[in-house]
Amino acid sequence: MAMTQDRPVNLDLKTIRFPIMAISSIIHRVTGVIMFLGAFVVMALLGTSLDGPEGFASALEAMDNPIVAFCLWGFVSVLGYHFVAGIKHLAMDLGHFETLESAPKAAQFTLVAGAVIVVLAGIWVW
Amino acid sequence: MVTKATNFGRNGVSDWILQRASAVILAAYTVFVIGYLLLNDVDAAMWQGLFASLPMQIFSILAVLAFVAHAWIGMWTVVTDYVKPIRVRYAAIMAIALILFAYLVWGVAVVFGN
Repeated sequence: MAMTQDRPVNLDLKTIRFPIMAISSIIHRVTGVIMFLGAFVVMALLGTSLDGPEGFASALEAMDNPIVAFCLWGFVSVLGYHFVAGIKHLAMDLGHFETLESAPKAAQFTLVAGAVIVVLAGIWVW
Repeated sequence: MVTKATNFGRNGVSDWILQRASAVILAAYTVFVIGYLLLNDVDAAMWQGLFASLPMQIFSILAVLAFVAHAWIGMWTVVTDYVKPIRVRYAAIMAIALILFAYLVWGVAVVFGN
């Protein structure tokens, strides 16, 4: 097959970067996987909290444990990001944010909104 | 049409619709529960009374079913994209299915167990 031999080749990894849309998409996936695993903690906590007055008290007590509190903060943060990214996804299904100008803006907004939710979830849990 | 024996709805279009329908249910459930916790000073009687009411039980079971479908489709997509050796991939899908089945039974037990 005939090929132009002087095509530019870029193997400098420092200059190769994911577009911001790819980054927001990968985080959407990662947060989904985290919730698949983290649902264990939430389900355990919900089950305990519904098990009579003692259960409710012990669920509150468990949330004072720094590890449980961290898991809860993580879950709420990750849920918040996944929520915003999901709404962006639904909007894209309707044909929005698909141009060269609007797509990075929507991805940027998703990342910033996610960061804000991480902070707010932390304030809520502690 | 894309058909795969291991995906949730047996074809891509069905999965596509289920993923969005379950997303909307889970989003509504999330907004309701977090809103409820933020707007009320919840105590044991109030919290357990909420989950003992029939509408909340229906909403919760709907959310559990939506979670199972949504997580299956999402995890299937991730595993199919990143896990290439076929035996490892099927083992992972089986493990995910088993875990989701456990979540389903556990979720029903939590909702009706008190």
